[in-house]
Amino acid sequence: MNKLTVSPSPHIKSSQTTKKIMWTVVISLIPAGIAGVYIFGISSLNVIALSILSCIFTEALVLKFRNKGPKAVLDGSAILTGLLLAYNLPPQTPFWIPIVGGMVSIVLGKQIFGGLGQNIFNPALVGRAFLQISWPVYMTAWKNPRWWPDAISSATPLAKEAVTNFSYMDLFLGNRPGSLGEICVIALLIGALFLLVTKIISLHIPLSYIGTVGIITWVFGKEGFFKGDFIFNILAGGIILGAFFMATDYVTSPLTKKGKIVFGIGCGILTAIIRLRGSYPEGVCYSILFMNAAVPIIDRFTKTKKYGLIKK
Amino acid sequence: MDLAMFLSVIIGAIFINNFILSKFLGLCSFIGISKETKPALYMGVSVTFVTTCASIITWAIYNFILVPFHIEYLRTISFILVIASFVQFVEIFIKKFSQALYRTLGIYLPLITVNCAVFGVAVLNSEMFFKRGINTLTSFTMSALQGFCVGLGYILVMLFMSGIRERLELCDIPKSFKDAPIAFIIASLMSMAFMGFSGFRF
Amino acid sequence: MKKLFKEFFKGIGSENPTFRLVLGLCPTLAVSTSVINGFGMGIAATFVLLGSNIIISLVRKSIPDQIRIPCFIVIIATFVTIVELAMKAYAPELSKALGIFVPLIVVNCIVLGRAEAFACREGVFASMLDALGMGTGFTLALLLISAIRELLGNGTLLGFLILKSFDPVLYLVLAPGALLVIGLLIGGINFLSSKRRSA
Repeated sequence: MNKLTVSPSPHIKSSQTTKKIMWTVVISLIPAGIAGVYIFGISSLNVIALSILSCIFTEALVLKFRNKGPKAVLDGSAILTGLLLAYNLPPQTPFWIPIVGGMVSIVLGKQIFGGLGQNIFNPALVGRAFLQISWPVYMTAWKNPRWWPDAISSATPLAKEAVTNFSYMDLFLGNRPGSLGEICVIALLIGALFLLVTKIISLHIPLSYIGTVGIITWVFGKEGFFKGDFIFNILAGGIILGAFFMATDYVTSPLTKKGKIVFGIGCGILTAIIRLRGSYPEGVCYSILFMNAAVPIIDRFTKTKKYGLIKK
Repeated sequence: MDLAMFLSVIIGAIFINNFILSKFLGLCSFIGISKETKPALYMGVSVTFVTTCASIITWAIYNFILVPFHIEYLRTISFILVIASFVQFVEIFIKKFSQALYRTLGIYLPLITVNCAVFGVAVLNSEMFFKRGINTLTSFTMSALQGFCVGLGYILVMLFMSGIRERLELCDIPKSFKDAPIAFIIASLMSMAFMGFSGFRF
Repeated sequence: MKKLFKEFFKGIGSENPTFRLVLGLCPTLAVSTSVINGFGMGIAATFVLLGSNIIISLVRKSIPDQIRIPCFIVIIATFVTIVELAMKAYAPELSKALGIFVPLIVVNCIVLGRAEAFACREGVFASMLDALGMGTGFTLALLLISAIRELLGNGTLLGFLILKSFDPVLYLVLAPGALLVIGLLIGGINFLSSKRRSA
């Protein structure tokens, strides 16, 4: 007689595993990386490589220290963190910036909470914010695209001192200074489409995030109402990268659809306000981190009803 | 009273200079009571009530007694006595008025006496709103407003923190870091996120 | 005699108010951006702690139980006012640097905590040692945190540039850095003491 195996749930096996999800996201980010390297030159590969290596080594070390088997490094999450962190950095930084950033991302952004799936804040953004606060000069040393006459840039399009006028096509293709991965909107959108098609992410967060930023910058963007340049605000800066690839991170975003929309709107409001009124030119990083902190409370208040409970 | 000052007090007290994450006032209760959402919420509401009333009462004392008689150096003693008595009075009142309310809130009230946030906002009000060029009505409204908004900022952070810590109960945090250390690290990351509000222009 | 000295040393080690009892955090985090500030706060708090512990211990038998907290507060507030005024007169830069945290010593959990837990029960000499121990422990903790934050966050110590070709970690001298440093220190100390216990 064959023995029946009894095991606890889950009983349905899906073809989606953590490894698969992580690597799918990594693949979807490759177009943006290729575009970034093409625009800024091959030397910007250093930033990407150093960031990824730093994340992998730090994670392996921490896992070894906690006796958890360093093989887990290959599940792709450390590589993803490294990639996303690099995409948030200027294309040329001192070599130790991505290294320190990687270490902070992995230790403070992930491992101290217990590891994969248990962190509250987006690890790549933790690293990026830490770097920005600690070494603001290095983190704002922008570089112009390769084919521009000057190598050193003055400012990104979002900065108040920006003098060059950028056309929407410039912003869309990435013909501007900025962070390595946020630059080429079309490459990012291709990757985002891939993620949507493979059902890794849903449109709730990106749409509510981008939509809210658009509305607020349209209404309040310039003197008087309804005169703001919302297309500029959506294309410039890191919103596309943030809305599709970082705000949508499973672990640090709400579980329910309603929660996701609240999360997206919150991120949008904060990003728009920081851009319009704060002293930082870009608000994506801090907005997402702030909303990450709100996620447990959002989840608590948008819990789905349990079936079978008798109404009191 | 212009809108800019109004907004700067509100946004300032809740976000830019959040008492817990930026000025470090009210930390002891923050670390101690933020483990669960319900107590955190009750504590937050109680603190807001006390900060608002204390701001008003200490404003009156500073404005009508200390400044006219040039005895500002008695600020520390008079403020803290007023706050302690007020909290004691509220506790007695709640005990008599509603047993149920006392059982939920009453235990937190004595703790609020030594909450740095209450005394802190009273002192802060006396330093911010008693300068040349600010008339009495403005200083009163701003003091009361700041007292209230400080409480709101407190509630916001307590709410976030309690939600996070409840979730972390199920997580595999290193044993040496459980409770206080991880709470501080979370607070550090939250404080980092709040830094996005710095330098707001009104 | 040995028991009395234990009262002193416990404040520095096993019952360190900052790292073990996790009390009096507000000033610790706010003023620890430089060693001088940290030291100034430590001395001020120790003075208040000493004064209040001695007086409270002396009059402990005559304070009615129901109003003991307000009485403690009046006594503590008096010493805080003395320190406040003295600092304003003799060390005005320090007074300005420490800001509202000097008057805030009156609600410092350490001071009221020791009054409630110790001074109102024990004799004068023991209370004095307890105050000195706690105050020293507090000051030492402040010095440690300030040293880390000033050295790594500013490259200086006591105002002197020490780390020359080093890009200081600005994070550490700002608000989030304080929380991070104390979180890591308490975690680290927990870890080391658990290792010592199992060794």
